[in-house]
Amino acid sequence: MQTLFDKVWQSHVVSQEPDCPVVLYIDLHLVHEVTSPQAFTGLRARGLKVRCPERTVATMDHSTPTLPGHLAVIDAQAAAQLGKLEENCREFGIRLYALGGVQQGIVHVIGPELGYTLPGKTIVCGDSHTSTHGAFGALAFGIGTSEVEHVLATQCLLQRKAKTLEVRVEGAIGQGVTAKDIILGLIAKIGVGGATGHVIEYTGQAIRTLDMEGRMTVCNMSIEAGARAGMVAPDDATFQYLAGREFAPKGAAWETALAYWKTLSTDPGASFDRTVTVDAAALEPMITYGTNPGMGIPITGVLPSPSDVADSAERAALEKALTYMGLEAGKPLLGRAIDVVFIGSCTNSRISDLRAAAGVMKGRKVATGVRVLVVPGSKAVKSEAEAEGLDAVFREAGAEWREPGCSMCIAMNGDQLSPGQMAVSTSNRNFEGRQGKGGRTLLASPLTAAAAAVTGKITDVRTLF
Amino acid sequence: MNAFTTLTSTVLPMPTDDIDTDQIIPARFLKVTDKVGLGKLLFADWRTGADGQPKPDFPLHLPEARGARVLIAGRNFGCGSSREHAPWALYDFGFRAIVALSFADIFQENAIKNGLLPVAVDAATHKRLLAAREGSTAITVTIDLPSQTLALPDGTKASFPIDGFSKRCLLNGVDELGYILSFTPAIESYEAKHA
Repeated sequence: MQTLFDKVWQSHVVSQEPDCPVVLYIDLHLVHEVTSPQAFTGLRARGLKVRCPERTVATMDHSTPTLPGHLAVIDAQAAAQLGKLEENCREFGIRLYALGGVQQGIVHVIGPELGYTLPGKTIVCGDSHTSTHGAFGALAFGIGTSEVEHVLATQCLLQRKAKTLEVRVEGAIGQGVTAKDIILGLIAKIGVGGATGHVIEYTGQAIRTLDMEGRMTVCNMSIEAGARAGMVAPDDATFQYLAGREFAPKGAAWETALAYWKTLSTDPGASFDRTVTVDAAALEPMITYGTNPGMGIPITGVLPSPSDVADSAERAALEKALTYMGLEAGKPLLGRAIDVVFIGSCTNSRISDLRAAAGVMKGRKVATGVRVLVVPGSKAVKSEAEAEGLDAVFREAGAEWREPGCSMCIAMNGDQLSPGQMAVSTSNRNFEGRQGKGGRTLLASPLTAAAAAVTGKITDVRTLF
Repeated sequence: MNAFTTLTSTVLPMPTDDIDTDQIIPARFLKVTDKVGLGKLLFADWRTGADGQPKPDFPLHLPEARGARVLIAGRNFGCGSSREHAPWALYDFGFRAIVALSFADIFQENAIKNGLLPVAVDAATHKRLLAAREGSTAITVTIDLPSQTLALPDGTKASFPIDGFSKRCLLNGVDELGYILSFTPAIESYEAKHA
C-alpha cells in the first residue's frame, strides 16, 4: 500500500546506496533567468553538456518588465541576466520562452498551460513555488542553483525521502471563499514551519471540487507552510485540463498515459506520517496581517495581541510584525485603508483568478488614490482575458492592465511598493520588503483584492455580492 | 564543495524566528550572474534605516560581529525562496555555521552544498547559548563535525543531527555533482528502461 508520493518517488529511483541519498530521476526541469546563470557557468567550467535538453524548458519571468508595449528591461544588470539566459539556452540547446514571445509567462503558469506538467512526473525548478505543479499529481519542488547544475548535467538529484502529511479539507467552501483561503487558512493553522520535512497530499471533498487552477493555488503555497512539495491525486478534472495541450501526449500515447495516471492515487489503507484536517465550511475569506504567510486571520477577525501569546519568541515576532505593518493589536482589519492592489503572481494570475477579480470590479471604479495592477500570468492568459473583455473591465475600473511576469510579487522588475505603502496582494509572500523596501503586504484572494481595489479599504467581498 | 571539520569561533546572535531568505538577501540583488561578493548585501534591508543609512546597532555592524563565524538564529531559519544566494551571502560575509532551533528544507540543502554548516540544537541548549552570550559580548563555541557536537562556553556539549552522507561530503569537501556523475551507467539504464 502506497501513498501518491510513494508511487511517484519509487518510479524515479535510479539508485539507492546504503546510508546515502537516493539518485532520483527528474522528468522536467524548468529554468528561469535568476537562479540559472551560475549553474551554466559551472557546466562550462567542467566541460559538461546539458544531459537532456528536451527535458529542460526555460522562460523569462522574474525581472521582465510588464509595462504594456514598453518592453525595456529595468536596468543593465537585469538585461544582462536575461541576455545570459538567452545565450545559455542557445549554446546548450534548450527551448526558451523569451520575453516578447506569444507563449512567454511565469514559469509555473506556462508549465501546466503548455502541457509540460503531467501527472506522475518529477518536476524541479530553481524556484520554491515549483510546488504548484503538484496539483497534477506530479512530485514538484524547488531547488537551489547547485542542484540546477546537477540536473542540467545528469537529469538527476540526490534526495532524501520526505515524510508525508495528509491535509484533508472536508466539506464545501462557502460563497466568497476560494482556494487561496483554503491554503491561507491551513498555513495560519499549522504555521510557516508546520510542514517542514514533509510532502503534503491534499485530499477531501473541498479539494476534489476545486478546478485545476484552484488546486494549483493550493499547491503553490505548500512551501509557505515549509513543505517540500504539495500534491493532489489526478482525476477527471486533471485529465480534462490536459487533453489537447501542446505538449501533453496525443492519440495512443494519451490512452497509455491516462491508464497510468489513473493509478496515481493513495491506496486505501496506506498511511501518512501525519494528518491535519481543515473544515472547509468553517473557512471565511482569509487575509494576512503580518510578515509571514502564517500570520493570517479570517477577514472579519481581529488582530491577535502579543499579550495573549505565551511563547516569548512568538510574542516578539508578533510585536515586530505589527510594528512593521503599522497595525494595532486587538483591532479588526476591516475598514483599514490601503494604497495598492496587486492581482497576479504564480499563485493567482490564471484566467479564473482574473475572472473572479473582474466579476467584483465590473461596473465599479477603483477607489480614489488606490493603484491597482493586474498582471496576467502568461501571454496565453492575457489573450484569453482580452478575448473575454476582462481587460476592458479592469481598464474601465481604473486598473493597470499589464504584460505577464512575476512583477510585484518579487519586485525585481520595477513594479514595487514605496516605503510604508500598504498593499492587498494575491501573491504568496508578505515578508518584510518583499514587494519593495518598507512596503507592507496583506495576502488575500483575487476576490478580496478586488474588493479592496474598489472600496480603497480592507473589505469582506461577501458584502459586495 | 568547501570542507568543514572543526570550527572555534565567537558567535553573533540574531535569535529571531522565521528569518526568511528575502531578509537574508533581498530579491532585487538577485540579478547577478556570479556568486561573488554577496556578503556586503547580507541582511541589506535590516542593515539600513528608512534614510538608507547604516543602522549602527544592527548586529552585523557591532564590533563583535567582526570575526564571528557562527550566527545564532531562532526557529525555521531560511524559510521562503530557494535562492542559493542566501548561503552564498552568509558564507561570503564570513559565517561558516548557523546555530538555530530548526531550518527550512531548501535552505539547509543549499547551505550544506556551500560548506555552511546548519547546526540544529534543542531549546535548552539554544537558551543556554543565548544566556551565555548575554553575559559577555565575546563568547567562543567549538563546533566539531566528526563528533557532531557543539561545545558551549560553560564546558557542556550538545549534539546536533546531520545525515551521514552530508557529513562525509562536508568533511571531505566532496563534489556532489562528481558523485552523481559516477552513476551515469545507472542513469543510462534508467533512461533506456523508461524511454
